[in-house]
Amino acid sequence: MNTLISIEGVSRRFGDVTALDSVSLDIRQGEFFALLGPSGCGKTTLLRILAGFEEPDAGSVRLDGADLLAVPAHRRPVNLMFQSYALFPHMSVEKNVAYGLEREKLPRQEIRRRVSEVLETVGLAAHARRRPHQLSGGQRQRVALARAIVKRPRLLLLDEPLSALDKKVRAEMQLELKRLQHDVGITFVVVTHDQEEAMSLADRIAVMQGGRVEQIDAPVALYDRPRTPFVADFIGANNLFAGTVSGGGLEVSGLGVLPAPTAGLPEGAQALLAVRPERVRLGQGTLTGTVVDVSFYGGVSHVALSVPGHGGHVLVATQGPARVETGTEIELGWDAADGVVIAADDAAVENGAPV
Amino acid sequence: MARREPALRGNGWLRLPFWLTYLFLYAPIAVLVVMSFNRNKTPYSWGGFSLDWYGRLAENSSLRTGLVNTLIVALGSTALSTVLGTLLAVGLARHTRSRVLDALSTLPAILPDLVLAIGLLVFYSAIKMTLGLHSVLVAHTVFGMAFVTAVVRARLGHADTSLEEASQDLGATPYTTFIKVTLPTLAPGIVAGALLAFTLSLDEFVIAFFTHAPSQPTLPIVIYSMVRFGVTPEINALATLLLAVSFTVVIVAQRLTKLTEAL
Amino acid sequence: MTPSPAGRRAAARVATLGPGFAFLTVFLLVPLALVLSYTVFRRGRFGGIVYEPTGENFARLADPLYLDVVLGSVRLAAVTTLLALLLGYPTAYMIARLPGRWKAIALVAVVLPFWTNFLIRTYAWIVLLNSQGPVNSGLEALGLGPVELLYTDGAIVAGLLYAYLPLMILPLYSAIERLDPQLREASANLGARPARTFWSVTLPLSLPGVLTGCVFVFVPSLGNFVIPELLGGGRRIMVGNLIRDQFLKARDWPFGSVLALAVIAVLVLLLFAQAWAGRRAGRNG
Repeated sequence: MNTLISIEGVSRRFGDVTALDSVSLDIRQGEFFALLGPSGCGKTTLLRILAGFEEPDAGSVRLDGADLLAVPAHRRPVNLMFQSYALFPHMSVEKNVAYGLEREKLPRQEIRRRVSEVLETVGLAAHARRRPHQLSGGQRQRVALARAIVKRPRLLLLDEPLSALDKKVRAEMQLELKRLQHDVGITFVVVTHDQEEAMSLADRIAVMQGGRVEQIDAPVALYDRPRTPFVADFIGANNLFAGTVSGGGLEVSGLGVLPAPTAGLPEGAQALLAVRPERVRLGQGTLTGTVVDVSFYGGVSHVALSVPGHGGHVLVATQGPARVETGTEIELGWDAADGVVIAADDAAVENGAPV
Repeated sequence: MARREPALRGNGWLRLPFWLTYLFLYAPIAVLVVMSFNRNKTPYSWGGFSLDWYGRLAENSSLRTGLVNTLIVALGSTALSTVLGTLLAVGLARHTRSRVLDALSTLPAILPDLVLAIGLLVFYSAIKMTLGLHSVLVAHTVFGMAFVTAVVRARLGHADTSLEEASQDLGATPYTTFIKVTLPTLAPGIVAGALLAFTLSLDEFVIAFFTHAPSQPTLPIVIYSMVRFGVTPEINALATLLLAVSFTVVIVAQRLTKLTEAL
Repeated sequence: MTPSPAGRRAAARVATLGPGFAFLTVFLLVPLALVLSYTVFRRGRFGGIVYEPTGENFARLADPLYLDVVLGSVRLAAVTTLLALLLGYPTAYMIARLPGRWKAIALVAVVLPFWTNFLIRTYAWIVLLNSQGPVNSGLEALGLGPVELLYTDGAIVAGLLYAYLPLMILPLYSAIERLDPQLREASANLGARPARTFWSVTLPLSLPGVLTGCVFVFVPSLGNFVIPELLGGGRRIMVGNLIRDQFLKARDWPFGSVLALAVIAVLVLLLFAQAWAGRRAGRNG
């Protein structure tokens, strides 16, 4: 796939706060891309730079190889679906959707045709003459979406698209967004703090933290092979152990040598071991812990164990109801291949983050 | 719906000053209104219902002149302060972070009217400007503008900047955005601000007193010269009419803002 | 060629802020600067200004004649402010706790008289307090009158109070209304009786509103010259009258400017006090 947007070394400071610290990433033509991170990680600033509402202090942004930063916001082939939707309250649904086409000075006939087409697509043809305040949250979002895609932008930006919706509508819209992206063939960039949203929507995700990109990968790769401690901790639940490589495992003070895939790492290197709860087996293993809590979630159960010598609890996920009781002492462990080892040195060098 | 707080029961003694306030505010007005329909010349005993004083009022030519002058000043200064104040509000909210400019824009509303009045008198005389309706009009614009700016800014504070960004994002130039998005969303604030400037100008006495030409008095100045001579029943009739106008304007404005807030 | 983003922003800034601030500079800042500069110059023999620097305008403030006027008006304005607070606080408190619809009505009812002509509102008190007026007829019927009510300090205070009471109630209302009702509930829940809750929670937290209201009543009371003239019959001269007379009768503009400066100084002082109290309450809250 061709590169549509190429971001290189983009930095942005607000006073003492560094919102973006030399961010580089490429977005490919036709993909569904997500910028994921906690609030304050810089994802929204990056989005606003792409839309043209912020300018970076340094770095370049190119669209199809041409400098995008030289183009004012209103001339960019980039449209944004605002988190608040930003529907014009004094205009009807169809006026809102027609607004962008009118600015292109298209013939009236064509505007009318394209507006009714797009309202058909998002299933709001019957509400064309309503005002935004007469619509439900889900409907408003469809209008915002229609208003943005009717311009047929090269790039559609979505700022926390599902955050304002309740749970049921959210699931519906999630499917709808995916379908729509497939149908119209526009490149989507979604900004979100919700990892489930990012994982289920996006083809690729950039995880951001403190103004930097931690890792860019497909959702499955991000889950299975986190490359920084932050990603390991942020994406899904994880049991994390910091230690040193020793004798084919990871020596963790207070716990001994834990099974870990340390091939390729020199003896004595600092590293972080991440083991997903569903990879931990109960009943046999290198560790012994006491069950402190059992929670049943329908399909799975979570068991929290306190292991002497380990600071936090070790979380274990089991299929169906758990067959252990609170207070039981039990052995636990995992196969070395089921853990992920993140070399602390590399991580520290790359991210400047203490491990 | 607001809950009734049980604590309200314990505060019975608060009702006395509460009702006293409203009695204090409305008794004088009620007396004027009742007196305006009194046939008696001596205004303190009831001589039966009559509209005589309203008839007298209609014949009073100096009041008519004053009213016309006041309307000219009020309409002119309202138009000017609405345009300048709206632009200023948008500029302050969107194009600067200067606290000094911010404070300066509200200064005329905080400054005692007497200070503004003598300042303008001194200024007009320093530039040797002849006084007239234009000097009052400009003076009223100075404070009218401050109120328009404040009201429109309050509205801008609520308004989402994302509306303007959305407009730009959809291809509108800054100018088109201002006309098609900013102004319409501000409309209720602009109308409220203009109404405020208008009613303030209608009633304004102190600044007009210092900046008017004796040949062209505004209505409050005519009223002042009548009131100085003590009790005249004609004034009761005038008071009742002005009260009716003010009350109507306030209530309409209240309705209007409610209506537009629903938007 | 499209202008640079910075150029476009500058153009928008000038287009929106330019006209208004140009107007304010000419018709507000220049006049105020003139008044300020006049304070240090000598008056002309037939009015006007002689541009010779002098300190005597300020020295005249200490003249017992004028000092009496200043202190007398401060006293009347202070009494007015105190009465407005005593009447206004309970009223604002009650309004803030009325159910929604009644709250709006009560608020509009406070503001309505304020939107009627100021002179007519003052005139109403001439009618009321006249020796033959309704109040005196009432007193007479009770065998207590007639009493001279009009043309007294009391009449001036009544007029000032009537003119500015809404300016006390509104800021008080918004300060009390903003208080989280849960604070009162928490106080009650912790065992405080309503009076204790009021003194320990509601009043301290609404103090910024109290100060705002006091500034709003005190400063215009000080500068008012119409009410002392119409209701005081010219017997009591307040700072406002003095200023007006310096400009329109005595044509002593330098001394008038000094007096105006004094009023502004009081205003600025009070505004600072209020801002300070506001920040303090904000920190505590």
